[in-house]
Amino acid sequence: MDFFDRFAIPHASPAIYASMVAIVLTSVAIVAGLTYFKKWGYLWREWLTTVDHKRIGIMYLLSALLMLFRGGVDAIMMRAQLAAPESKLLDAQHYNEIFTTHGVVMILFMAMPFIIGFMNFVVPLQIGARDVAFPRLNAISFWLFFMGAMLFNISFVVGGSPDAGWTSYFPLAGNEFSESVGTNYYMIAIQIAGIGTLMTGINFMTTILKMRAPGMTLMKMPMFTWSSLITNAIIVFAFPVLTVLLAMGTMDRLFGTQFFTTENGGMDMLWANFFWVWGHPEVYILILPAFGIYSQVISTFARRNLYGYKSMVWSMVIISLLSFLVWVHHFFTMGQGALANSIFSITTMAIAVPTGVKIFNWLLTLWKGKIVITTPMLYSMLFIPLFTIGGVTGVMLGMSAADYQYHNTMFLVAHFHMVIIPGVVFAMLAGLTFYWPKMFGFMLNERIGKLTAWIIAISTLVAFMPMFFTGLDGQARRMYTYSEATGFGPLNMISFVGALGLAAGFVLLVYNVYYSTRYASRDISADPWDARTLEWATHTPVPSYNFAVEPQVSSEEPLWDAKKNGHELFKGEYKEIHMPNNSGVPFIMSSIFFVWGFSFVFSLWIPLILATIGIFACMTHRSFEKDHGHHISVKEIEETEEKLRGA
Amino acid sequence: MKIDHSLPLEYSTEENRLKILGFWIFLGAEIMLFATLFAGYFTLANRTGNGPTGAEIFEITPVLIETFLLLASSFTIGLGIHAMRLGNKKAMLTFFAVTLILGLGFLGVEIYDFVVYVHEGAAIQTSAFTSMLLTTLGTHGAHVTVGFFWGLFIILQVRKRGLTPETANKSFIFSLYWHFLDVVWIFIFSFIYMKGMM
Repeated sequence: MDFFDRFAIPHASPAIYASMVAIVLTSVAIVAGLTYFKKWGYLWREWLTTVDHKRIGIMYLLSALLMLFRGGVDAIMMRAQLAAPESKLLDAQHYNEIFTTHGVVMILFMAMPFIIGFMNFVVPLQIGARDVAFPRLNAISFWLFFMGAMLFNISFVVGGSPDAGWTSYFPLAGNEFSESVGTNYYMIAIQIAGIGTLMTGINFMTTILKMRAPGMTLMKMPMFTWSSLITNAIIVFAFPVLTVLLAMGTMDRLFGTQFFTTENGGMDMLWANFFWVWGHPEVYILILPAFGIYSQVISTFARRNLYGYKSMVWSMVIISLLSFLVWVHHFFTMGQGALANSIFSITTMAIAVPTGVKIFNWLLTLWKGKIVITTPMLYSMLFIPLFTIGGVTGVMLGMSAADYQYHNTMFLVAHFHMVIIPGVVFAMLAGLTFYWPKMFGFMLNERIGKLTAWIIAISTLVAFMPMFFTGLDGQARRMYTYSEATGFGPLNMISFVGALGLAAGFVLLVYNVYYSTRYASRDISADPWDARTLEWATHTPVPSYNFAVEPQVSSEEPLWDAKKNGHELFKGEYKEIHMPNNSGVPFIMSSIFFVWGFSFVFSLWIPLILATIGIFACMTHRSFEKDHGHHISVKEIEETEEKLRGA
Repeated sequence: MKIDHSLPLEYSTEENRLKILGFWIFLGAEIMLFATLFAGYFTLANRTGNGPTGAEIFEITPVLIETFLLLASSFTIGLGIHAMRLGNKKAMLTFFAVTLILGLGFLGVEIYDFVVYVHEGAAIQTSAFTSMLLTTLGTHGAHVTVGFFWGLFIILQVRKRGLTPETANKSFIFSLYWHFLDVVWIFIFSFIYMKGMM
């Protein structure tokens, strides 16, 4: 039985056993359901093998929502533990695992797929393209992300979760202090998902640079496309650092190398530096597409063109450059000396300038606009003040001298949640509501949607504002409990209430999906929000080829021109359309990657070698494969267009 | 598929042009990958712990042979692409085959070098310096190994399918990759070996 001992959980608790049972039951239910309703063929043909950017986008979004709930449960458990002093709900080890997985899941497996999902769905439509540049690669990106996420998520029931924080600093993350396989999961699951993300970066940069509709010059691209282009450039330059870093960490843990050890010349600070050389740009990978979504939503519902288009673009370019020059501010207290700290302090505060430009541009777009408050607009309006709180406290943290007071306290935790929730999560919810009709052909209920937005916004403040104060009073982050004498109790209880409010908000979101699926009208136009860009110029549901005729563009708001200024979008006849074929290889190859990762985590060398051979076999197959895609005939296009126009 | 005959075969279709740009962007990511490894190497180069230093283990002869083989292979693949543009399939395949043989020679010497290092007490676990050295060299070597098989598959495809826009495109992209590995080696030669021996 020795072989199976390694899969046991080091710190088992009733909650974990309950989760095991729940996972098994859910899996059985899914398999049984698919079999009973005879949906296996449908699942395989329409989803698992698809290379359509719209379907891949939707799968990204679904995975992101799933992970949002996983990460959310972690968050509730943490806040419940801290709600009262000397609480015994969780032990220290369990708490360590939860804050680690909460961080990793929320950043890498929730926020990342959320933004990449929107990029997938929106960017090709917005630039008038038929798909991304490399549709097959796009499917591989998604499935690698998905398998990485699944591998990471089974850690808590097989072998133990990582427990060294989402930053996984060495030597804490080394074998000596993190004995379980948890940190192996961290190194390998993120590696697999990271490779997928890197490929997305390459794919979308090529798509945006080369596949825009005629007339759409760079400075006529919609703002979300601009933000995606810049984000993907950051991905291409930041993710290889993560690749190397995780490989080094894996080798330290499994092959006994000496990169980050404390003897034989190893340097633990190298991890911290490399981590944040990737980690800080990663923050902007999350926030820039969110800014892009706000720009779209705000100009749509202010019924005005975006104020300061050029300055919006340039501020994003400057942010992306500065994002690579600020990484040291994550560890001002870890011994660089005054000069290095001062330099990084200045670069950090400099980022507030282009970000401020963007905030003022949004405000000036609203100025004299005919504002319509819809759910996406409400999120955008709530974003501006709440994000500013997060941003201003960020400047406080950026002052290296003052940082000695804030470092590693709840003040920091409050800061980054006030940036990421109003910044990224609100944008994702705004985007989800905004693009929902384009994706699914009906609108989410506005009344429930607005209520959700208010509950989430107020709960965010209730949950995170108290942390600024306990942090300044000295409550350290990542401490699983505190004594009553500290006086942190009441404020933490308020935070817990806020966390419950957030949970209620997300439950309401799910209820809205259910309610609208049942009761919402299916009779909506292709452009229900009276929007301005190309993604609304095609039919709903979007045909597989996106646009029957390639659109002609002459400004950054082609659809608005078409509606108000008589611009002719679609000139010319139907022509045969060349489309890529579906393929099962991305899914199969990524499944083998899952086996590869799992074998690596548990040092099962023979399966590891077999899986490696399998991965290369898939690549070889691809090299020799003759796949020239298929053509959609003019007749077929006419029939589809006729049907969609009638609907 | 629209073929534009005014352009070289590897650029002649829209799909081909997309692939070439995409690969350049991929090479940008590869530059970051190796830049990270070099940054790590420069940080850890003098942190030798109880293990040997670079000056103690580096030998000029095998390194020169490796350099010569890889530089020569970069030249021959250039000739191969030139032959491809002239439409001379046989010459192209010969130059590609020579390239891969030179690549194999490079790998052989590098593996020999690694064995010598380990015998001299510079294994991957010895010190931060040896870990970083062997990881950097190993990453480059792994790239050459993958390139060898990739090149082999391309030779087989060109032989069987002839010079089509698709195979020409693959061959051209492979040549970009191979030149890139050569550039990385020049950095390894200058900043790891030459600097280490001084």
